[in-house]
Amino acid sequence: MTRVGAVAPALSAAEVAERAREIAASIGSSHGPVVAVGAQTHWEVGGPVPDLEEALVVRAPSGIVAYDPAELTITCGAGTPVAMLDATLAEAGQECPLDPADPAATVGGVLMAGLSGRRRLRWGPLRERLLEARFVTGDGRIVKGGGPTVKNVTGFDVCRLLVGSLGTLGVAVQVTLRCQPRQSVALWTVGPTGVSAADVRRRLFNPSCVASDTQGVHVLFEGHADDIDAELAVSGCTPVVAGPIGPQGPWRGRISVPVTALRAVVDGLDGLDGLDGLGALATSMVPAAGDGVTVAWLAEWGVGTVHVASLSAEGLLAARALAQAHGGWLLREAGRLGPAGPDGAGPSGVGLDDGFGVGLPDPQIQRRLKMAFDPAGRLNPGRIPL
Amino acid sequence: MDATVPDHRADRSFASPSDAELTRLVADLGVALGPDRARSDPLELALYARDAGVASGRAAAVCFPRTTAEVAAAVQTARRHGRPFLGRGSGTGLAGGATPVDDPVVIVTTQMNRVLEVDVDERFAWVEPGVLNLDLTRAVAHLGLHYAPDPSSQQACSIGGNVATNAGGPHCLLYGTTQAHVLAAEVVLPDGTVTVLGGLSPDQPGYDLRGVFVGSEGTMGIATRIAVRLMPDPPALRTLLLDFTDVDAAAATVSGIIADGLVPAALEMMDADITRMVEDFVGAGYPRDAAAVLLVEVDGLTHGVDDAIEIIRRVGTANGARTVRVAADATERNLLWKGRKSAFGAIARIAPNYYLHDTVVPRTRLVEVLRGVYAIADEQRIKVLNVFHAGDGNLHPLLVFDGREPGVMERVHAAGDAIIELSLSVGGVLSGEHGIGLEKRAYMRSQFSPDDLHVQAGMRDAFDPDGFSNPHKVLPAGSRCGDVQSLPEGVWV
Repeated sequence: MTRVGAVAPALSAAEVAERAREIAASIGSSHGPVVAVGAQTHWEVGGPVPDLEEALVVRAPSGIVAYDPAELTITCGAGTPVAMLDATLAEAGQECPLDPADPAATVGGVLMAGLSGRRRLRWGPLRERLLEARFVTGDGRIVKGGGPTVKNVTGFDVCRLLVGSLGTLGVAVQVTLRCQPRQSVALWTVGPTGVSAADVRRRLFNPSCVASDTQGVHVLFEGHADDIDAELAVSGCTPVVAGPIGPQGPWRGRISVPVTALRAVVDGLDGLDGLDGLGALATSMVPAAGDGVTVAWLAEWGVGTVHVASLSAEGLLAARALAQAHGGWLLREAGRLGPAGPDGAGPSGVGLDDGFGVGLPDPQIQRRLKMAFDPAGRLNPGRIPL
Repeated sequence: MDATVPDHRADRSFASPSDAELTRLVADLGVALGPDRARSDPLELALYARDAGVASGRAAAVCFPRTTAEVAAAVQTARRHGRPFLGRGSGTGLAGGATPVDDPVVIVTTQMNRVLEVDVDERFAWVEPGVLNLDLTRAVAHLGLHYAPDPSSQQACSIGGNVATNAGGPHCLLYGTTQAHVLAAEVVLPDGTVTVLGGLSPDQPGYDLRGVFVGSEGTMGIATRIAVRLMPDPPALRTLLLDFTDVDAAAATVSGIIADGLVPAALEMMDADITRMVEDFVGAGYPRDAAAVLLVEVDGLTHGVDDAIEIIRRVGTANGARTVRVAADATERNLLWKGRKSAFGAIARIAPNYYLHDTVVPRTRLVEVLRGVYAIADEQRIKVLNVFHAGDGNLHPLLVFDGREPGVMERVHAAGDAIIELSLSVGGVLSGEHGIGLEKRAYMRSQFSPDDLHVQAGMRDAFDPDGFSNPHKVLPAGSRCGDVQSLPEGVWV
C-alpha cells in the first residue's frame, strides 16, 4: 500500500474559513446548479453530472490544516489529493485507507462518492473514516457536522449522511479523518487451486481483502511479517511474485448484494453467455478474465461487493439485472481507466445513465433530508435520483 | 443566515392528557397488545419515569410489545390519541434519553429478547432489541465469535438501547462504537410504518439512513430487529496492567503508545482513589498505592501481539511506569477486567450519590485536562474519581457526593459545567458514548452554531415531521418553545 509522492502543503484554518465564506457567498449570489469539482475521478458514479456550462463550479481548498500523529486524526482541505494525504501520513507511519481506484482523487471527492476501497473487509467502510466535516449547504449555510475527536456521539450523525451523498447535501470544504498505523508488511497473494474464496477466508483471522475472479482467489495480508508467514501456511496462499500485484480491472460497475447472496451472484455472472465478449479489453486490462467471458467480475468476499466490466452495455445491464434479482443493485464505478469500447459503451458505463437502476428506499425520508440541506435542490441535481 | 435555530415542525410540545383521555389510551393499548401488557398504575409509571441518569419525568402509559407489529400498533395507538411515544430498552442510559417528557407512551422492548439468526460464515446476527449486550456475546461464544461494543453496563443494557445511543465501551478503541457494528435495523418509523434501514449489502442506494438512525436517541423511531456484525475471537489476547506514581505519567503513556504506532484493543485508565476503592471492593490485584493504573489489552495474531506488548512496556517504562504486569492467564485477565467493570459498583461504598460525566478530548491534551478536572473539583469541594477510556480521550469524571448535604447539587452542577467547558476549550466534544438526551441539550450551542443545529433539526424532521418520537431530546431547548415549563425534575440545563 505504500505510495511515494509529494506531501500535502500546509493550509491554515483561516484560509479554509475564507474559502468557505467565498463559496457560501457565490452560492448566495447565484442561481441554478452548484457543482463541487475535485479531480473528476468519480464522475461516473451515480446519476449524470450537471452541465458545467450552466452551473456554478466551486472547488475546495487543498492542504493539511492539522496533523498530530499521536491523535491518529488528520484535518485537511477537502480538495487535497488522496496521494498527497497518503504521502503526508506515510511520513509518520500512518495511513487512512480511502483507497480510491485513482489516487489523484481528492479526499472530498472520495468521501462524497462513498465507494469504499479494496481493504474494506478488514478496515471497515469509508463512512467510518469521517469524524468532522465543514461544508456549505445548498442555501449557503456554513455548517460543521461531527467533531474532531475519534469518539463522539454529540448530536445527529451528519458525517455518515454526507459520505456517499454525491455532493447533493453540501460542498465539503474541510474534513477530519480517522487514521491508523500503517502495517509493516502488505502482501498480495493468490489462493490455493481448487479452494473457494469462502473456504480460504474461513482459515484466516483478519485478511485485508479476500477477492475472487475467474482466475482464482486473491488475498491481501497486512501486518507482522511472521504472522503473515503463519497465515500463508494455514491458508495455502502464495505471494504474487510477478505480474500484476493484486486483482486489476477497468471496473465500470459496482454491485452491492447481501453478503449471503454473493455466491449466487458470482455463479450468475459466470453464466452470462451469449453477449458480446470482452475481447481486447479483457485480455489487455483484465488479466483475470479468460476468453469468452462476457462480464468480467471481481467479488469481495465478506463484503458483498462485486466489481464488473463489460465491453457492451448489454453486459452491464445483464449484470445489473442479476444483482437486482438477488436483492442488490449496481452503481456505476469510477472511470478514467481505459479506452472507450468499440461502440463507446462499456468503459463509460453508457446504458446505465439512470445511475442507480433501483428506487431509493424510504424515498420520503431521503427527499426530506435533501430539503434540510439543500431546499432549492441546487447541489449536484440528478446525481442521486430523488 | 438565521441567528437562531428556527422552529421546526418537530419542535412541538404535547399537553398533558386528561384522566378520561388516559383511560381511553390505555384501553386501546390493551386491545392492541393485550390488557396485561399495557399499564398505567402509578407504581408502574414510577418505574419508567427515568433512566439511570438524574432526570425524571412522567409517562402516560407503559406497554410491552413482543413483535414488530405490536410496536407498530403501540405507536399508531399513541398517535391516534395525540400522545408522543418513547422507545425504551433496559433504561441504563445516563443522559435522560429514556426519561419520558410530555406524558408519552413508553414502549418497552425488553420482552423482545431473542437472537433470531446467527450466520457464522458471514459473521452477523439478527437480534431483537431487548437482547442484552452481554447475552449476545454469550450466545455466540461457542462459535468463536463475539459482539465488540462492550459498555460498562453490558450485563444489563440492551442492543436496542445501544443502537439508540451509539453505545461505546472499552473495546471501541480499536473496533469502533455501535455505529460500526450495525448493518441494518428494522424500524417502526414515527408514523407507525415499518421499514428496514441499511441491509446486508455493503451499500444502499441514496443516503445512509441507517447511519443517521444509529445514535439518534429514539427521536427517529424504534428499532425492532437489528443485524449486528460479529467479530472473530482473536487468536492471541493479552492484558497488561501498568501502574504509576504520577497521573501525568500515565496520561503521557496513553498518547505515547498511540504515537508509537499501536492502537490497542482497549486502553483504560483509573486514578488513585478509584484504584484503591476497586481493589478494596473486588481484590483485582491492583496496587493500592498507585497514583494511576492503565489497563491495556492487545489482540490479534501472535507476533503482532508480542510486538505490541514490547511497545507498551517500552513506552510505559520510559514514562516512569513502576511495574508492567502481563496477565498470565485468562483468570488473571478476567480479574483485572472485573476490577475495571466494577468501578461504579465500588462507588457506593464511599458516597450515596454520584454524577458520571462523559466528554471527549484530544488524547494529547489528557494531562492538562485531568489536572483541570481535579482543580475544578477542589474548587467546588466535590470528590472526583477518574475511570475512563483513555485511549480515545473519553473522560468519565465521576463526581461523588451525598445528595442530602444542603447546596451540594449546585456545586455538583457547577463542577460539571466547568468540566464540559474545559473539554470543549481544548477541542473536545460533549459526549463520547452517553449521548445528549436531556442532560446536555443546553450545551449543544457550545459545540454547534445555529446553522449546524438547523441541519440537525432538519434530519430529525426528515424522520419525524410531526415530532411524536421521544420529544425534547438531543437538540437544545431554545429550538423547542414551551420546553421550559415541561422540563422534568432534575434536568440540568
